[in-house]
Amino acid sequence: MADVHLGAERATEAERAAVDASLRRCGADPVVQHRTERLAIGGTARRHQRRHYLLPALHGLQNAAGWISPGGINYIGEVLLVPPAEAYGVASFYDLFRTEAPDHDGDTVHVCVDAACQISGCEELAASVAASGGHVHRSPCLGQCERAPASFVQAVGGPDRVPADEDGDGGKDDGGSARGDGAYRLPQYGDPGLRLLRRIGAADPTSLESYRACGGYEALARAVEMGPEAVLAAVADSGLSGRGGAAFPTGVKWRAVAAETGRPKHVVANCDESEPGTFKDRIVMEQDPFAVIESLTIAGLAVGAAQGWIYIRGEYPLATARLQGAADQARAAGLLGDDAAGSGRAFDIAIWRGAGAYICGEETALFNSLEGFRGEPRNKPPFPTTHGLFGQPTAVNNPETLINVLDIVTEGPEAYRARGTERSPGTKLLCLSGRVYRPGLYEVPFGTRLGEVLELAGGITGTGELQAVLMGGAAGSFVGPDSLDLPLTLEDVRAAGTTLGSGVVMAFDTGVDMTPVLVRIAEFFRHESCGQCVPCRVGTVRQHEALVRLAERGELSAGRRALLDDVAQVMGDASICGLGHTAASAVRSALDLGLAGANGRGAGAGSGGGK
Amino acid sequence: MFGVGGGTSSYAEIEETDVILLWGSNARDAHPIFFHHLMKGLDNGARMFAVDPRRTSSAKFADLWLGLSVGTDVALANAVGREIIQAGLTDEAFIARATSGYEAYAANVEPCTLDWAAEVTGVPADAIAEMAHAYAAADKAQILWTLGITEHHNAVDNVVSLCNLALLTGHVGRWGSGLVPLRGQNNVQGGGDMGALPDRFPGFQPVADPAARAKFEAVWGADLNPVGGRHLTEMFEAMETGDLRACYVIGENPADSEADVEHARKLLAGLDVLVVQDIFMTRTAGMADVVLPAAVAWAETDGTVTSSERRVQRVRAAVPPPGEARPDIDILGDLARRLGADWGHPGPEDLWDELRSLSPMHAGMPWDRLEDGGLQWPCPSEDHPGSLFLHGWMWADDLQGRDPAPFSVVQPQGPAEELTEEFPLRLTTGRALDSYNTGVQSGGYDSPIRYGHAIDVNPDDAEDLGVADGERVLVSSPRGSVEMEVRVQPDLPTGLAFTTFHFSDLVDTNVLTNDAWDPRSGTSEFKAASIRISKLEPAYG
Repeated sequence: MADVHLGAERATEAERAAVDASLRRCGADPVVQHRTERLAIGGTARRHQRRHYLLPALHGLQNAAGWISPGGINYIGEVLLVPPAEAYGVASFYDLFRTEAPDHDGDTVHVCVDAACQISGCEELAASVAASGGHVHRSPCLGQCERAPASFVQAVGGPDRVPADEDGDGGKDDGGSARGDGAYRLPQYGDPGLRLLRRIGAADPTSLESYRACGGYEALARAVEMGPEAVLAAVADSGLSGRGGAAFPTGVKWRAVAAETGRPKHVVANCDESEPGTFKDRIVMEQDPFAVIESLTIAGLAVGAAQGWIYIRGEYPLATARLQGAADQARAAGLLGDDAAGSGRAFDIAIWRGAGAYICGEETALFNSLEGFRGEPRNKPPFPTTHGLFGQPTAVNNPETLINVLDIVTEGPEAYRARGTERSPGTKLLCLSGRVYRPGLYEVPFGTRLGEVLELAGGITGTGELQAVLMGGAAGSFVGPDSLDLPLTLEDVRAAGTTLGSGVVMAFDTGVDMTPVLVRIAEFFRHESCGQCVPCRVGTVRQHEALVRLAERGELSAGRRALLDDVAQVMGDASICGLGHTAASAVRSALDLGLAGANGRGAGAGSGGGK
Repeated sequence: MFGVGGGTSSYAEIEETDVILLWGSNARDAHPIFFHHLMKGLDNGARMFAVDPRRTSSAKFADLWLGLSVGTDVALANAVGREIIQAGLTDEAFIARATSGYEAYAANVEPCTLDWAAEVTGVPADAIAEMAHAYAAADKAQILWTLGITEHHNAVDNVVSLCNLALLTGHVGRWGSGLVPLRGQNNVQGGGDMGALPDRFPGFQPVADPAARAKFEAVWGADLNPVGGRHLTEMFEAMETGDLRACYVIGENPADSEADVEHARKLLAGLDVLVVQDIFMTRTAGMADVVLPAAVAWAETDGTVTSSERRVQRVRAAVPPPGEARPDIDILGDLARRLGADWGHPGPEDLWDELRSLSPMHAGMPWDRLEDGGLQWPCPSEDHPGSLFLHGWMWADDLQGRDPAPFSVVQPQGPAEELTEEFPLRLTTGRALDSYNTGVQSGGYDSPIRYGHAIDVNPDDAEDLGVADGERVLVSSPRGSVEMEVRVQPDLPTGLAFTTFHFSDLVDTNVLTNDAWDPRSGTSEFKAASIRISKLEPAYG
């Protein structure tokens, strides 16, 4: 708690209006209100209750001014009673907030430079944007790997946008994820085996009616009929586990939250999909948003939470708009609100935009970010099930995990378990990108072999010969061509020393020089480390330095290799969150496979790898 | 209050209380250390109501700011009391057991309706009701006040009107509930405890009480005057009548701090003898016949200080005093010797042990027990742990043999000086965070947040007066005029002006203030003067 000392700078009319509009959209009123000349309301409780509006307020300011201006910060400080220094500290945490005056007017074009885009001409895209007068910001993964190279336009004075959403052809002409008759088409469109993706392309994502015509909201009705205990039992019996990478049993998580009493509880959809190579949740949210809203409602009613939150990364404007539209229609139809879907219980959903920070996908960092603080992870325990959002019991799941619940509720856990394997029941969404013919979002039963998945995507392009596959994203690991028979189950990949992570399957043909890819992965972690704990803050820098040296010299000395191993061990043992734990994993696996340096097969092949 | 001159509660209690009435106190600026305890209470979920004519830095932390008109505190307190009674929120068992005079009190406040109070104080009726209900319904609640309550001509009425609310609701004598007058210095409490009051011996024992007098006479070896002395304001009146011809001033700067200060300076200058003992060459010291340079209490002196929570703590000399400066004890001892009374050369611990033998509330506090954070009085024996809060007896069935605490019947009175056509604005004075009283101890230091000397006025008043922010103006009261800079300040209601008095070298604020005073407390009405603000004549040529 602190006094609020505002600086002398004043916000412009436009900045004030934009902040006000942002706050109005969230239903936030100013902390301090003068009722008469001799009566004002305010106070610590009102200030605490409104702190989480800081992020929306900063978004409004950034959009209006093109940066987080000192005058704007003063205005936000005045309205929300947040010390300007603290608001600045929060703003400076995020990639989408500029805390220095921009050297240009107008929009900023974020061009993705992570792996899939790196090997698909991101530098050429950046150059062409710059040549046509655009202002380029080199960005971490934008979650559009199936249509690499990706860009995202951060607008001033208008809505943010993604050029590929406007092209109408997804930026690809080989049929993979292109639209046909105006409807979105998945590569597997029409495949009767699809479960999670079956409505995509069939239901109009902007229409509740259309969603219902495809069986939407049957699961919620069934869940209300069954009651919370039966839903919890079904989810537990289904063997569903988290699809974000950690694979924690969803039933255990929900039961833990449901068992908490006496305090408000929350369910959160973690839509901050930022793992490089991952775009599955984006497509689900864009093309099947009602499914996310419906399944989050089921979660809320099952665990006894009255409030649901969607925390979605700031680079997903279309998904944000679609979810907002879906939530609004659901509310209008009585599926959210004081008596959600006739359950007799209140449940509603608020949508919060992130602002460009990989770490905010970590659940406790997400809480801090949503609450209006820097997105730094918290120590665990206590776990979110007892001390989550606002310190209250919280169940956090990503959209893929959530929409599995729809089938579990409607067809029962046994039917659900008929797909997949004994220990990995159900299906898995996979993000195919890189050097495959039909990159895009795929759904396969657990147990499908890696080679089969690559074949589904049409096989390897470029040289046609596979060099390596990045499994699970930058926090995952590389496997070589000898892993094509690997069954993709949680237990098999773990036994093989790799991970499914968030479902990334990024293929590299033998023509790709892997060294720049590894340097970029190391740079990514260096940039995205929140800096809170020492092993990760220092370790990611040391790792990047070693990789840069490798790129310069073509090889890694034994001493440096030992250093990398030491750093990896320290980060794994002593970082407080998963970012540090996994920051060395992809790099080390690549070095073990001999992908980088003078021995790397693609070295010098010059196929658009490096900088 | 209730017979003892000290706040009822420990600082820690404010961290655990549920409702706080901060009444006539800008503790954020004036008691910043205590306010940190209070902020913990707010973070722990306490609701705070700030009653102050200004929306002060403290009021900005409050859930509700009630900006009552200056000097209408009794009206507001009586209305709060009536509303508590009307709403059936009194603690009837507590009133029956521990208080007396309830019927008369209830009858007296009966006409004080919410609407009447809204009319008198300017605070909307529903806000008054909200505060009354929150205070009365709370499990634990405290009322805190400072000079906004006591620097009025009816200071004692103000205080007892607040005490009445605690008696109505039983918010006293329990952990977390209490009545807390905040003290302005680290040892104001200790000064009173040690008998620096005109009619009390150490431990608040009345000089008029023959038994107390006999006890002190036996130890001090002298006959003691059974008649109470004069307090500060009466001393100045005695100077005026010529009854008081010599003054020995220790650690006080009345030549800057008194209300209607020009008059006070004339009186000081007219004394036969003025002796000043101080650590700085204050304006008063500058007028003195003899100046006795004193050691600083902090870091140059051994002894004790007592805080607002009645906590006695040790202070220790770390460095010798500079030049000819000497500890107060040595100066007083030498002076006594010259006057013919040889007290020997007692050290601070010797004097403390003498105090313990005479003041029962200090009896259980030898120095070695004060080592680890100190003890809170009363502490009557060496096996007593000290007292976290006072008046626990009110919750004993037999009141531990004491008389019930009396309700007080008090009538509202506005400020002594009414607004007139000639002086249409109300001036109130106060403190800023980075300055201290007359600036003797703080004026020598720069501060990045110094508020500076200026007269704050509401934007509407500034417009009516045709003055701009930063403009120099002439500020006049019936007693005098000073030139000041205007600062336009939206946190003041219209009709109210505010200034500090930290910068007497620059602006003699107390030229303006009213020396009307409360005969029971001796405090002048620094908080309410009537003034006029006029534009300066343009300088020609």
